[in-house]
Parts: sequence; structure tokens; C-alpha cells
Amino acid sequence: MPLLDRTGSRDDAWQRVTAATLDGVAHPIVPWAELPAALAAAAPGQPIGVDLPNNVAWPELALLLRRLALVSVRFPSFADGRGFSLAKRIRGHGFAGTLRAHGPIIADQFAHALACGFDEVELPDDLAARQPPAQWLAALERVSDAYPRGYAGPQSILDRRRQAQGGTP
Amino acid sequence: MYRYDEFDERFVRQRVAQFRTQVARRLDGSLSEDEFKPLRLQNGVYLQLHAYMLRIAIPYGTLSSRQLRQLAFIGERFDRGYGHFTTRQNLQFNWPTLRDVPEILDLLADVEMHCIQTSGNCIRNVTADHFAGVARDEVEDPRPTAELIRQWSTNHPEFSFLPRKFKIAVTGAEHDRAAIKTHDIGLRLLRDPASGEIGYEVMVGGGLGRTPMIGRVIRPFLPKRDLLAYLEAIMRVYNLEGRRDNKYKARVKILVHEIGAAEFSRRVDDEFARLDGPSVAADTAELARIASYFAPPVYEDLPDDSLALDRARAADPAFDRFAAVNTTPHRAPGYVGVTVSLKPVGGAPGDATSDQMRAVADLADRYSFGEIRVSHHQNLILPHVRKDDLHALWQALAAHDLATANVGLVTDIICCPGMDYCSLATARSIPIAQSIAERFAASGREAEIGELNIKISGCINACGHHHVGHIGILGLEKSGAESYQLTLGGDATLNAAVGERLGPGLAAEDVPEAIERIVGVYLGERQPGESFIEAVRRLGLAPFKAAFQEVADAVA
Repeated sequence: MPLLDRTGSRDDAWQRVTAATLDGVAHPIVPWAELPAALAAAAPGQPIGVDLPNNVAWPELALLLRRLALVSVRFPSFADGRGFSLAKRIRGHGFAGTLRAHGPIIADQFAHALACGFDEVELPDDLAARQPPAQWLAALERVSDAYPRGYAGPQSILDRRRQAQGGTP
Repeated sequence: MYRYDEFDERFVRQRVAQFRTQVARRLDGSLSEDEFKPLRLQNGVYLQLHAYMLRIAIPYGTLSSRQLRQLAFIGERFDRGYGHFTTRQNLQFNWPTLRDVPEILDLLADVEMHCIQTSGNCIRNVTADHFAGVARDEVEDPRPTAELIRQWSTNHPEFSFLPRKFKIAVTGAEHDRAAIKTHDIGLRLLRDPASGEIGYEVMVGGGLGRTPMIGRVIRPFLPKRDLLAYLEAIMRVYNLEGRRDNKYKARVKILVHEIGAAEFSRRVDDEFARLDGPSVAADTAELARIASYFAPPVYEDLPDDSLALDRARAADPAFDRFAAVNTTPHRAPGYVGVTVSLKPVGGAPGDATSDQMRAVADLADRYSFGEIRVSHHQNLILPHVRKDDLHALWQALAAHDLATANVGLVTDIICCPGMDYCSLATARSIPIAQSIAERFAASGREAEIGELNIKISGCINACGHHHVGHIGILGLEKSGAESYQLTLGGDATLNAAVGERLGPGLAAEDVPEAIERIVGVYLGERQPGESFIEAVRRLGLAPFKAAFQEVADAVA
């Protein structure tokens, strides 16, 4: 399915497989339920990605995060914002791999997704057709400022005020 | 008052431009109707019964005369010459066209206003005590806190698609005029008795709607520097764990109720501990920058007593009543806060015409440092009026039908728009308010009855806050006819309580008589100096229920 990041459309190196079929796959994404089996079956050095439901039990995920190269967070609907908080928690835990939003989110949420720590978005075909990459990149340009501190993306207005007054950021 | 700097200004302008492109993308099919809806709602645009409705934020209820004049202009140019002040310190226009909305948003941005997050499943307009900075019982002005939260919550990347709407209210006074216990989060500024430091008492899980609940304290004292990080922690727990399977169980009050306040508090503390507080908090320079905008105006050095006022009151009983009922003590000697009632008998509660808005703006310039407040009781307030000027102000207000002397009385009724405007309503509410007001105003007993808050909602969503009315009225549809349930004993202040039902629903025409009988019990049983709600607490429901039942039986 179509994939894009902050620079636009890109190829997807990752493949969705199961724990039983990950042998020889360079970049496998496995279902959350099969993650323990997949980690046991993975070849040395084989990166593992996980397909994560947005109601995952956090303590379970926190234990396994450092062994993952990619986390793909499912958005069942654009109106279900749990994935944003999950991303923030995952980044807050120190996860430095690739964080992917997977589902029918809309271009108008792209800035939110990036601010919460996502790197990329994997979209269903019909939505990607209605909202081509140009709309996503344009949406990023539209609002250049944000207030909250501690998020990725545009620097907080609070910090910019301080800089404008000659303080340190 | 807060003034936008270059960043606030640019943000609001970009937001208007963004909404223009979103409307265009809806029209060209890039956005589906479902996808467009939350974007429209988060810019204050509702689809109502007859037309689009635009809800304008009046953050923490503070307006300048310039802003109020612009609202008057918008009402005239794009609506039908009036606006409706709501129970959440917003202003609604009921008749704009969708095509005009971006232009209206531009006009609002010209006076540092917006409609951002006045609807949708996000953090809504932050409300506060309408006597902030004025009240004598204030520990600290809540407006800097409310402005900080307004900025922090605006277009929040993580909390713009919550399970449901989310409302925050702040008070800095001992007496709660902001109804903080009926909000998703209620914040009360208080002084720690041990250290003398000022911080917040944090309540979560209050709310009205179909499942009314009173907020629970989850942090008795939160240091000020921790505010934004702690709010972030609450919001994250709610966003991840709030129910999304049932719209009617999606508010944070249900989560708090289901897992218990102690467990909710524990989860928030865990999340708070994971956060890097200093990376979230606003620094002290920013807090001081915001607070500086709310410095009090330069008051004249006046004696607290005004001979001119005393003489005018003695000479004119109508003015005397206004002075007694519509004023609030002010912390500056020689000044009062003046409430301009938007509840004239026979009017729609909370409505003001463009002419009236302009008149109030002019009077604010002349008598109140250009400042106006909007209360959740749907009235306007001129916060800083010299007692010496009160008589002249009253005369000027009277010329615009704005001198109704009924603040806090039985005819000062809080009321949602109801079925006359709202697509959710199951019954009319404005005509009920009108018929009650007419009944009691005609008998001239408002002053004798004293403080009595009647609150009316036209459906179970409770925009009229009926649950916390001393007398609450809920309009429902029952086998094709409007039916009104009465509740007794609700309270929106620090003694917050949800009213109890008195009996079966009544037809619209029987409601005033039932209220009459309930008031009759109070007048017959009250002790010297005892208010209506105090009498209800002392006597309990039974005598009132019996009086109500007489009416219910007679018409059954």
C-alpha cells in the first residue's frame, strides 16, 4: 500500500508476513500476537517490525521495544486518535527505530503524526488516490507554528518567543 | 487583557487559510463528508436545524469593547442582527452561510478572536470565573492559567482526536463561579497552607449530559510549574483508555467512574513520572509575560462609599433594586462589578442584538476600562464600574433594554437554544423560560424569593446545565409531545450536587404552576435569611415533591 514520509511518496522496503514465513525476508513486519515467536525465529541481524493494534498493553510493548526496528501503529479510523498517544509513549521510551502510522488517516493529520514521533504513513489505496502526496506536503506547510513543547516538528511558539527575546531555546 | 503577539497572530491567520483549503478540498472530493466534519467542527461550524451555526470562542469570558463591536458587526452583516451567548462563554451565530464562514473567521482574526476548538472531540474553549481579577475572595487571577492552557491545547498534535469533547474550567477564588466540578478537568488555584506556595487543586471527571457526575479530586495540590506536564499526563491516559465503543460512554467521567478516581489518579501519576516535566512546562518568563497582560487597570483612589450612589438609590426604587441585585463587590474601593442581564422578561435567554452589543461596548469604554466579561449564566459583565457612575450607567443600559434587575433571581434563567434552533433538541426550551419569567415578573415577587437558579435543557445533552440548577428542567419528547422533567436541589458551585427528580414529566403549560408550588413551599417554610437552595438542603425533597405531585395529579 502507498507509503509516504515528510519528503513525499517512497518505496516500502518492509513486507507484512507471519512468524512462520519470515525466513529470508529482509524487512518483515509481523503481527503483534506473533511477535515472541518471530523474535525467536529471526535470523541473527534480521530486523523485525511489528504490526501493533492501538489498544496494546503498554508494559508488554515496553519490554520488547528495544528489539524492534520498526513499529507500525494501526489507525482503524482517522477519528481514533489513540495512535498519536501511543507514538508519543513509544518515542518517550527511547525507541529510535522507524515509527509508522498505518491506516486511513488524512492529510490534515500529517503534521500531528510527525509531531507525535511518526516517520511515515502507510495509507489504503482509495485514500491515497483521493489525497495524493502533494496534498500531504501542502498540509505540512499550511500551519508553520505549534504551541505545545516537547513534540517533534515545528519548534514551539513558547521557545521561539524566548529566542526572540534573546534567551536560550 | 491578553494581546496576540506575532506568533499568535500568524497562527490564527494560517488557521483561517487552512480552513479555506479544507472547504475547497471537501468541494473537490479530496475530503469525504466524514473526514471534513471534524475539521469543520474544530473550526466552530455546526450544521443545525435550519442552517449552519458558528460558535465563537470567548476565551475565559474576557472581551474588549473592540471585539464586542466586531461581533456586533458580524451579527449584522452575516446573521440576523443578533447573537446568542452560551453557557460556556461562547457566542453563537445561528444563521451564517458556509460560504461566508472563512470571511467571518478573517474578521474575527482582525480582533484577535477565533472559533478554534469550540466543537469537536478536542479540548474546548477554556472557561474561568467571570469575576476574575475583580472578586474579593480571589487567591490568584485564573486568567493567566486559562490563557496558558488555551495556547497549549490549541491544535494539539496528540489531543485533537480524543474519544469525546473535553472541557476545562479554572477558578482562582474560594467561591466557585466557574462550575469547575462539572467539567472534565476543574482547576482551583489555592495556597498550600504549609508552604504558602500557590498551586492547583485538580479535579477530573465532572460533567453533565445524560450521565451527570461531580468531579473528583485527583491531586489536592499541584505545584504551578507542573501544570502542563500533569495535564498532558491526564490527556494521554484518557486518549488511550477512554471508551471509544459507545459515544455516550466516551467522556472521561465514565473512565474515572469505571476504574475509580484512585486508580485513575495512579495511572496519571505513572504517566506524569514518565514525562520530562521541564521539557513540557512553560518557563517562568513566558508565565510572567502572559500574567503581565492581566495586570489590573489603574483604578482611581476612591473611598469605598459613594454618596452619589446612596442618594440615587434612595431617590429611585427601581435603580435601588438594580444596584442591590446586579452588582458584585469589587476588590478596588469605590468600584463594583455590574452584571448586564441578557434575560429580559419575554426574551430569549442569552440573546443580544448587534445594537445592544455596540451599546455595551460603548458603555464599557466609558465606564469599565473598555472591558467586558461573558458569564456562563449567559449574561454580560462590566467588571470595573465606579460606584459614582452606576446611576448613569443604569440609565444608559435601560435605554437599550439592558437594565433588567434580576441577576441570580428566579427570572435569570439559564437556557439552551432548544428545538427552536438545535438539531439535537427533543423539546423547546426558550418558550418555557419565557413563560416562567413572565409569571414571576408579573407577580413582582422575584426580590422576595431571592436567589434561585432555574436551568433548562431541551434534551438530555444538558447544554442548559439543568442537573445543577436549583430547579432543573429537562425537555424530552414523549409519544410525540413535549414533556418536561423537573429536578430539585442541583448546585453548580463548590457544594456541587446533581438535582433529584420530583416526579413524572409535565406538559409545557403546566411547568410554571409547578414551579410556583415549589417556590410556595420555600416561602412558607423558610427561616430568616435562608435561601432557596439552603432550605431545600434542610427540608429535603419530600415537601417539594408533595407540592409538585398536586400539579402532576391534577393534570394527569
